[in-house]
Amino acid sequence: MKKKLLDIKNLKVNIEDQEILKGIDLEINPGEIHVIMGPNGGGKSTLAYTLMGHPRYEVTEGQILFDGEEIKDLSPDKRAKKGVFLSFQYPEEIPGVTVEEFLRTSKTAVSGEQQKLIPFKKLLKSKMEELEMKDEYASRYLNLGFSGGEKKKNEILQMSILEPKLSILDETDSGLDVDAIRIVAEDVNRLQNGNRSVLVITHYNKLLDYLKPDFVHILLDGKIVKSGGLELAEEIDKYGYEGIKAKFSRN
Amino acid sequence: MEKKKTYIEDINRGIYDIKDEVNYSYKTDKGLTTEIIIEISKEKNEPQWMTDFRLKSLEIYNSKPMPEWGADITDLNVDEIIAYIRPNTEMKNKWEDVPEDIKNTFERLGLPQAERESLAGVGAQYDSEVVYHNIRQELVDQGVIYTDMETALRDYEDIVKEYFMKLVPPTDHKFAALHGAVWSGGSFVYVPKGVNVDIPLQSYFRMNAPGAGQFEHTLIILEENSMLHFIEGCSAPKYKVNNLHAGCVELFVKENSRLRYSTIENWSRNMYNLNTKRAVVDKNGVIEWVSGSFGSKVSMLYPMSILRGQGARSEFTGITFASSGQYLDTGTKVIHAAPYTRSTVNSKSISKDGGHAFYRGLLKVAKGAHHCKSTISCESLMLDNKSKSDTLPIIELDNDNIDIGHEAKIGRISDESIFYLMSRGISEEEAKAMIVRGFVEPITKELPLEYAVELNNLINIELEGSIG
Repeated sequence: MKKKLLDIKNLKVNIEDQEILKGIDLEINPGEIHVIMGPNGGGKSTLAYTLMGHPRYEVTEGQILFDGEEIKDLSPDKRAKKGVFLSFQYPEEIPGVTVEEFLRTSKTAVSGEQQKLIPFKKLLKSKMEELEMKDEYASRYLNLGFSGGEKKKNEILQMSILEPKLSILDETDSGLDVDAIRIVAEDVNRLQNGNRSVLVITHYNKLLDYLKPDFVHILLDGKIVKSGGLELAEEIDKYGYEGIKAKFSRN
Repeated sequence: MEKKKTYIEDINRGIYDIKDEVNYSYKTDKGLTTEIIIEISKEKNEPQWMTDFRLKSLEIYNSKPMPEWGADITDLNVDEIIAYIRPNTEMKNKWEDVPEDIKNTFERLGLPQAERESLAGVGAQYDSEVVYHNIRQELVDQGVIYTDMETALRDYEDIVKEYFMKLVPPTDHKFAALHGAVWSGGSFVYVPKGVNVDIPLQSYFRMNAPGAGQFEHTLIILEENSMLHFIEGCSAPKYKVNNLHAGCVELFVKENSRLRYSTIENWSRNMYNLNTKRAVVDKNGVIEWVSGSFGSKVSMLYPMSILRGQGARSEFTGITFASSGQYLDTGTKVIHAAPYTRSTVNSKSISKDGGHAFYRGLLKVAKGAHHCKSTISCESLMLDNKSKSDTLPIIELDNDNIDIGHEAKIGRISDESIFYLMSRGISEEEAKAMIVRGFVEPITKELPLEYAVELNNLINIELEGSIG
């Protein structure tokens, strides 16, 4: 039996005393791609932020085991060091800090090894080429003045530099054009081939044309109401979230 | 020689707080009287006009009330502060000849290395008089004069008499009057017509004696078509007694000349820094101020640019860092006194741990100064809820034909930004330091390299101390 990478049981999360996640169970094994779909306000982003450890999201019950270890009380930086990565839906702009400087600091922290200037420059350049990003991005201030699509690509660049065990992609496909989605998907597939896991959170299924998810979950009103294969995504396409919602509220 | 390291309650200022045993040949009694002023002047072998100037200034000082705006300076007892202390040494021009303890102090501050590496000349002021002065031979050959004010008064009396306290007259305010009465030491630079000094000149001021006032005078004259970068650095070790710094800087930038004046003030936390700096710029001339204020208990500092020639330009770039127990009231004043003059102000401040940073600026456009352009940007960052930040930009326009852009922002470090950086494995402390370093980056890149490094270290030290 494969050792589970992520094992979430009965996870309940509050934001300012309001319960958003109402008991989530989710298991992810190494090398698997999972997709969580659902309408806005259902708790998708809450799950993403909770896994990364945002202080505003309060875990009231349940467990988050990562590599067999409880991480729900760890600060975000410690989770990152263990191999959790979140591609933000709305990445922050940090004036005065260049992409390169930031990523070198980050890679040093996550890997525990001092990243030397020249080898790191080379690594960054090759990763940027894969993502079809221009060289100049390395010396620009982090996300400052980037378009929506550029910010998303920058998140994927960080992911491929940091090589996390678990990448959570929060609405990474929104704001990307078709070409960019293909490029991002290629990068995700590369990671998966290295036996790393991916949790894709999406509202639409544009990204799914290029990825082969092992599992699709539907998150509705703070609960995973249905899990299955790619056929679930097709079902959503057909009936829409309203149809799915109606189906479950009837029960 | 016995060395004692002071105990620092707040942060470790390291080498800046190592003080030397006090060993002086000459000290005035506490407080200011006519006799003391005459004594100072006599001791310095000054010409009669300077003695008279000092006495006149003392009169003005005694007649003026303490300023009632800005910082609270009721704790400051000027009479208690010793006006004039001469270190136990004659002026030297070779590093080897400077007495050991004084030399150690400067060695710790990295001064000789800095000189060897990049600087054209160094003037180091230890308490009231300049102990070490050196200027590269090629600059001397071009007619550049760089010396201390005492020597300038002796050897270039006519020039000094023509310019001395003409830009900042003793009548300006109480501390300008005090300065006029007791000034001592400082730098004098004269750049002849058409000479470009392509490497920076640097002076370093340091106060060592407890309760000593420092009243150095800096006078820089750039003749037409010349260029200079002057760097001034200041520090003092920490004593229990309050100290006063009331220096005066007068800069004359003539037609088509360009002067960059960079200052880093890292005074100890018992210092009242009440400094007056002013530049007058002629036709098509440029003054660039780069100003960093980190230390002192209280600062009131507003370098002023008077753009009196058509097409003259000023640029002010300033950073203020106020921590626990500090009130730093800083800013800049620009007077557009001629048409087609331009000014840019870029000010940033950081306050933390109960510190208070106050930006106070003045932009004044005279009646006949049409087609002027001014851009002002002030940004403040508060690192916690205890700290304060204020912005008071005063704009006085005597004509409408001017283009003004003004932007002021006061903010805190966003929790979302910290979370974002932390999600990439960066610790909370480093994330905050990174954001603060990014905030000051536009300023850092204007600073001379060693000061940029010092600023970054300071941000790290300060932030380490603030995050529990």
